[in-house]
Amino acid sequence: MSTVNHTQEPLLRIAKRDGISRPSAYAIRIVAVVLSLVVSGIFIFAVTKLNPVEVYKAIFDGAFGTSRRSWVTIRDTMMLLCIGVGLAPAFKMKFWNIGAEGQVLIGGVITAGFMRAFGGSVSTPVLLVIMAVASLLAGCVWGVIPAAFKAKWGTNETLFTLMMNYVAIQITSYCVALWENPIGSNTVGVINQQTKAGWFPAVFGQAYGLNVILVLALTVGMFIYLKYSKQGYEISVVGDSQNTARYAGISVKKVTVRTMAISGAICGLAGFIAVAGASHTISTSTAGGRGFTAIIVAWLAQFNTFVMILISLLLVFLQKGAIQIASQFNLNDYASNIITGIILFFILGSEFFINYRVILRGKKEGEVK
Amino acid sequence: METVAAVQLRNITKRFGKVVANNSVSLDINRGEILSLLGENGSGKTTLMNMLAGIYFPDEGEILVNGQPVTIASPKDAFNYGIGMIHQHFKLVDVFTAAENIVLGLEEEGKLNLKAAAAKIDGICEKYGFQIDPNKKIYDMSVSEKQTVEIVKVLYRGADILILDEPTAVLTPQETDRLFDVMRNMKADGKAMIIITHKLHEVMDVSDRVAVLRKGKYIGDVATKDTSPQALTDMMVGHAVTLNINRPEPKDPTPRLEVSGLTVYDAMGVKRLDNVTFTAMGGEILGIAGIAGSGQKELLESVAGLQPISSGTSIRYRPIGHPEDKDGIELVGKTPLQIKQSGVSLAFVPEDRLGMGLVGTMGMTGNMLLRSYRKGHGLFTDRKAPKKLAEEVLTELDVVTPSVNFPVRRLSGGNVQKVLVGREIAQEPSVLMTAYAVRGLDINTSYTIYNLLTEQKLKGVAVVYVGEDLDVLLELCDRILVLCGGQVSGIVDARTTTKEEVGLLMTRFKKEGEPA
Repeated sequence: MSTVNHTQEPLLRIAKRDGISRPSAYAIRIVAVVLSLVVSGIFIFAVTKLNPVEVYKAIFDGAFGTSRRSWVTIRDTMMLLCIGVGLAPAFKMKFWNIGAEGQVLIGGVITAGFMRAFGGSVSTPVLLVIMAVASLLAGCVWGVIPAAFKAKWGTNETLFTLMMNYVAIQITSYCVALWENPIGSNTVGVINQQTKAGWFPAVFGQAYGLNVILVLALTVGMFIYLKYSKQGYEISVVGDSQNTARYAGISVKKVTVRTMAISGAICGLAGFIAVAGASHTISTSTAGGRGFTAIIVAWLAQFNTFVMILISLLLVFLQKGAIQIASQFNLNDYASNIITGIILFFILGSEFFINYRVILRGKKEGEVK
Repeated sequence: METVAAVQLRNITKRFGKVVANNSVSLDINRGEILSLLGENGSGKTTLMNMLAGIYFPDEGEILVNGQPVTIASPKDAFNYGIGMIHQHFKLVDVFTAAENIVLGLEEEGKLNLKAAAAKIDGICEKYGFQIDPNKKIYDMSVSEKQTVEIVKVLYRGADILILDEPTAVLTPQETDRLFDVMRNMKADGKAMIIITHKLHEVMDVSDRVAVLRKGKYIGDVATKDTSPQALTDMMVGHAVTLNINRPEPKDPTPRLEVSGLTVYDAMGVKRLDNVTFTAMGGEILGIAGIAGSGQKELLESVAGLQPISSGTSIRYRPIGHPEDKDGIELVGKTPLQIKQSGVSLAFVPEDRLGMGLVGTMGMTGNMLLRSYRKGHGLFTDRKAPKKLAEEVLTELDVVTPSVNFPVRRLSGGNVQKVLVGREIAQEPSVLMTAYAVRGLDINTSYTIYNLLTEQKLKGVAVVYVGEDLDVLLELCDRILVLCGGQVSGIVDARTTTKEEVGLLMTRFKKEGEPA
């Protein structure tokens, strides 16, 4: 005790907030967006000597500059949203489905296969239904395999779903080689370019109208399913505590497999939308990392599928903008990625300040707002 | 002349969010004295002591050690000032020996000398009357031995201000007596000691002075010899309370649940229950006593269909009003859902309230739904009935919550338990099993729970009460089944037995194979 060493009070302390009102939460988020624009503005000016306002204008142009660009932004938002909606039940159940990428691909491959095989012989509406069902089933199988293994032998779903991605990628590569067109191009090319058989028809004069309708229907449906259905309730209970689920007589295994069947099926359908409704071709990059980005979408939205619309839009908007500034100002990709990174960092970081507050040394807690 | 107090707390305040855990608490701790820190759960005892031990940092106020103002920002600082805390949950490395655990984390010059350490440990033990073998591995030790290691650990580091956080919660009456003897020896040696407990008879038994906290505020201190359990309770609660549990005679007891030959192995293949046989009667409260981990959890979960059970076991349920039904309903081999579907109305308040009985992220309504969500029409859940039930439980049991949709995880322990018990009783069960139903609850809520259980008993329900406080078991129950190492070491009449008898039964089987 004789060694009295005076330790100082820590400079910063972090305390959990006891709830926060909705307006102040949004105020924090708005401040975060403004700050992110300021900081990336400083970065832009410091590194490139460009006028930040011009750059921001370019970002907006990239996403919504023309009607065509707007529709591409919408199309990609719907794609990301669809996968996010698919992942929501799995993650709500705390089942770490890292395999959306593979589930999308396998749904896309089967869609492309049917499109090639029956493009001439079956009418487009019938073909669309066949492809949709096939992609649902394919994604479902891809989701159920890891779920069944987990239910039966307790395997780790994170590794399992991740590895299923590679299986799907290999199958896709094989199919691309098999369906190569023209020979030597190493791609499948646009399928049924002349006949447009099996392509989404224009709805309300918009090529991507059907994408929007399908995905928004799923979004609403999933919201209701998770919030009001018995199965949705079971998912919440299993996600919160498996012991509570067992206690209440819920079969954790059954719920796991069933939920992953749904999750995988919707991701498979996303593959169908990607192929029949957007690219009309298939390659190993058809999913393009969206299976992983959608995980962020699902978690950030706390599995509220309506919030997911906003988050998907934000992510796609930033991505389109980044591409635009890269080409317009001759920046390399990294510069635009840094800008998107800064913006995302602030937006995600604001969640920390919504849940916690920081107390400076010497300040009494009561004085802090 | 008054010597300066070992520790002085001056106007200590600590807040967690909106909750004020300690509100301007001032307290002196003297050498050569055992101070009881008394207060209901949530009154801020542990928080206050954690600030002395360097685990939390006070928001306001100062701490003086030997009259000097000090800053304790980490447990290491606390040790430098000679303050050592023995936590409720032991922090020991299982695969190490006692000596290894004791020297762990000490920064001493030169090579690790376990022999010298063992000698020093033996010295400490001899001085105060501890019994431990420095070379014994932790996993081979009983709970009370582990606790001894924790105490020796802080003494080894030269602590002369010791804080014991509910040390007796895991001990049998006999082990408690031994601990108190050691504490008296340490007191004689001039150490300052603080014991956190809410068992009044222990306070009366061991301490010299009692300091009472209520809702984070310091209420006052009294010399133990000048007070009584009743006076202390009134101080703790803030108004006069009756400490007697009403125990009516059992209402025409009829066999309800006949358990025979229950044997359970856990996932690691360790035998948790060994040939347990008993009958729970409708219209009585059957208490289950035993040291923590003697198979209580496995016993209740077996009945609830949550445990894989070894062959040869039978759990028969006799429906109310059918005593002639010789066979009853066999529960072994049924899932919880099948048990429910076969018409057995079983209510179960598990030990892990939020981890098993409730869904923490959901509100009261969502939790009421847990037992009834299958009743909704078609694909969708019906939320009206559970919402009504939630509101009924809220008003009848005085649950304090901002709304029936507020996540129960964020309610206090007592309110969580009210939600759980309220839901289980609302099922109108014929068997009601509770595990540590009042653990962590304040006195008022505890009595609310006791009364609810007695009410159920009078309705003819077979109540099974797994408890840890022997005084309560003796006052509340009709019969007490004592478990020891997974075996039934005795079933006694709660009205005639004594605490000593039950305490002995709790430790009777030290070796395997002894018949019951």
